[in-house]
Amino acid sequence: MEATSRLAVPEDLAGLRERLKDRLDEKKPRLVVCGDTGCTVRGSRELAAAIEKILSEQGLSDRVELKVTGCLGFCEKGPLMLVFPGAILYQKVQPSDAGEIVEKTVLKNELVERLLYTDPESGLPVACAYDIPFYKLQNRALLETCWYINPLDIYDYIARGGYAALAKVLGGMTPEAVIAEMKEARLRGRGGAGFATGLKWEFCRSSPGEEKYILCNADEGDPGAFMDRSLLEGNPHAVLEGMIIAAYAVGAKEGVIYIRIEYPTAVLKLEEAVRQARELGLLGKDIFGSGFDFDVIISKGAGAFVCGEETALIRGAEGKVGEPRQKPPFPADVGFRGKPTVINNVETFVNVPLVINQGAALYHSTGTESSGGTKIFCLVGKVKNTGLVEVPFGTTLRQIIFGIGGGIKGGKKFKAVQTGGPSGGCLPEAMLDLKVDFSDLAQAGSIMGSGGMIVMDEDTCVVDVARYFLQFLKSESCGKCFSCRVGIDRLLEILDRIIAGNGSVEDLALLEELAVTVKDTTMCGLGQTSANPVLSTLRYFRDEYLAHVRDKRCPAGVCRSLFRYRIDEDLCAGCGACAEQCPAGAIKETDEGCYRIDHGLCTVCGACAETCALDAITKD
Amino acid sequence: MVQMTLNGLRVEVEEGMTILEAARFYGINIPTLCYHEGLSPYGACRLCLVEIGPSGQSKLVSSCTHRVEEGLVVRTHSERVVKRRKMLIELYLATCPQSRVIQDLASKYHVTRVRFTPRYEDCILCGLCVRMCAEQMQGKAIGFAHRGSNRKVATPFDVKSEECRLCGGCMYICPACQSRCQGPQEEEPLCNACLNLDQPCLNYFDDNMCFMDPCVACELGAGREAKAKSRDGRL
Repeated sequence: MEATSRLAVPEDLAGLRERLKDRLDEKKPRLVVCGDTGCTVRGSRELAAAIEKILSEQGLSDRVELKVTGCLGFCEKGPLMLVFPGAILYQKVQPSDAGEIVEKTVLKNELVERLLYTDPESGLPVACAYDIPFYKLQNRALLETCWYINPLDIYDYIARGGYAALAKVLGGMTPEAVIAEMKEARLRGRGGAGFATGLKWEFCRSSPGEEKYILCNADEGDPGAFMDRSLLEGNPHAVLEGMIIAAYAVGAKEGVIYIRIEYPTAVLKLEEAVRQARELGLLGKDIFGSGFDFDVIISKGAGAFVCGEETALIRGAEGKVGEPRQKPPFPADVGFRGKPTVINNVETFVNVPLVINQGAALYHSTGTESSGGTKIFCLVGKVKNTGLVEVPFGTTLRQIIFGIGGGIKGGKKFKAVQTGGPSGGCLPEAMLDLKVDFSDLAQAGSIMGSGGMIVMDEDTCVVDVARYFLQFLKSESCGKCFSCRVGIDRLLEILDRIIAGNGSVEDLALLEELAVTVKDTTMCGLGQTSANPVLSTLRYFRDEYLAHVRDKRCPAGVCRSLFRYRIDEDLCAGCGACAEQCPAGAIKETDEGCYRIDHGLCTVCGACAETCALDAITKD
Repeated sequence: MVQMTLNGLRVEVEEGMTILEAARFYGINIPTLCYHEGLSPYGACRLCLVEIGPSGQSKLVSSCTHRVEEGLVVRTHSERVVKRRKMLIELYLATCPQSRVIQDLASKYHVTRVRFTPRYEDCILCGLCVRMCAEQMQGKAIGFAHRGSNRKVATPFDVKSEECRLCGGCMYICPACQSRCQGPQEEEPLCNACLNLDQPCLNYFDDNMCFMDPCVACELGAGREAKAKSRDGRL
């Protein structure tokens, strides 16, 4: 292992990087296995073990490097594996494929064609990851590093230019210059609200008092969102570096990373990263000999979604019950332990070293006029290519869903996309050319949120979707504000009524009035955005609501009280498979030799329709 | 002293005051359920909402927690505020119709319908009792347990608390357990018997409300009769 002595001055870092130069050797064969949760579940750990075994058996361990990294991004096709040189992407790799990969690709420089990604349009295999549309259309400024580094090894990060931004900052930039750089870069908080990071730091810096804090919000809780986890697991040192720079800029000596307990791997990697950074003197007293002290502690959440809200997070980190409080005063004035505090999201901190390294001008050359840089989205739902997607601000939803995402699964039609997690809005096809940006999304009735993106196809009922998200928010509301606690509950009551087929047209007006009240009157961000699923679906899919309340019909065929299954007697061959499958015993043979459903007994489970080989059973 | 605009009037208030205190100082009545002068502000009932900021970019904040600032523009009874407040009162009525405090609020703010199924809950979780116990009685015997719609006021682990001295402070301050007046009316979710406190001016003077409380409506004619007349255009 390389020298583990403290880095006393910025020049030591350059020296260390020089010694680590052979880690960047692009000609050296390197096998990269994705170690992120999705791929691990599908067996990437076994795959890595199998490769390791084969390498040592064949005596290749010195010549070929095996690396288990963070998320490689294309989660749909996991377990993923990259082979360098050439960035050859193998998908759905099983441990049994290890031998073939080593033998062919590593030793003979041949491709294992059956493991390659196939382009759906041309039907041809694509070898290089950078040529796959999913990756080609992205701008992976933040995620790229995750392909090359072992998150448990600080030297990997340093070899790739890690902590250089910190050295630059501590080697001669004033805190004011750092803040000015962030402002000029138009870096905006990636947690959801999109507040200008430089401005936030400036407020905190100019707030009176010696004692200040930096908090990292790693309490990512949106269903279907995992970008912060991927960053923490794939590149934890970048988060630390961002935090240290932020601390220097605002004058903080202590930081807290508030991370949800449901991310055990991220916690482990972060703890290891902190340990390694301390060992090299990148955390602790007198960092880089600049006289600046900073250290972080890791605080684990207890499972409340609302603790992602900054004032609730502060209380959580203080060991109190995680409940928001009314702002102002903002955390920049009264925050952690009552002192001025900056709270930024994981992704924001990862952007910070990038801004310093690239310089503000280059950084904000990607993105829009108001928001610089890129944003990571979690593309999930009924889309062909699910995974982690990084694009510049200003990319349209269509580019993300149909370009990178490859369109809708199973030849179905696109219906809506929910951006920003449970508190976001559902946007219809007409809004697909909307540019992804904080203000544009808000205008359209949705939010950026932390970057969840759930795609829905024509088989989705928007009323049901609104109910689903409200149910999530109901169980996650802290219950302090009357308007949020009772408001969401009553919204659900109305939606339940509509879905059960007992709704009226007046219910829609009441739903809207109540939703606006909840949005307008609640204290914290959770409550204020909780009505978005209802308001946005009412705005864009009112016809569907009307069909539910007026015609008592669910156009998507989801709400079970609003449709029945019917057997087309002309198509029915009388095989009886449906009757066998029916758990309620509701399907009986008729005198004419075909089958009929007894609607008094039918539970509308749909087992019969799935069974019928002739598609004779339809929704009515 | 801080200069601010309160319902269209330039006023001077003491620094450090909350908007609610400033408004009450100038005789403007803002309804509250979770506020009490002797306890720390909590901001949970949302009834004391006021609109701040220039129109177009205004937002609603709870006046009991928001401190006055130089140049702050506050509207305590704007159309938006009144609309939201009435909806909240309607929700309170549906939650806890047996409370006299809430019935009085309904009449005073002219809430004349309840479109939700009444639930007759015992508690609106305003937290007055919890703060009373901790801050005035130095008891800290009760607190909040659970989250969201399961939230409730309880002693630790739901067993009789050693800390509780049975002082009754919690019951004294509770707005939900004050029973409705025993009049001749039927026990419906909505009473509205004292609707004569109806404020007809609200529709006409958005920013500049009338400062009389109770308002002149009751002098113009008794309660429901006056309302019926005004609806027919005879008043």
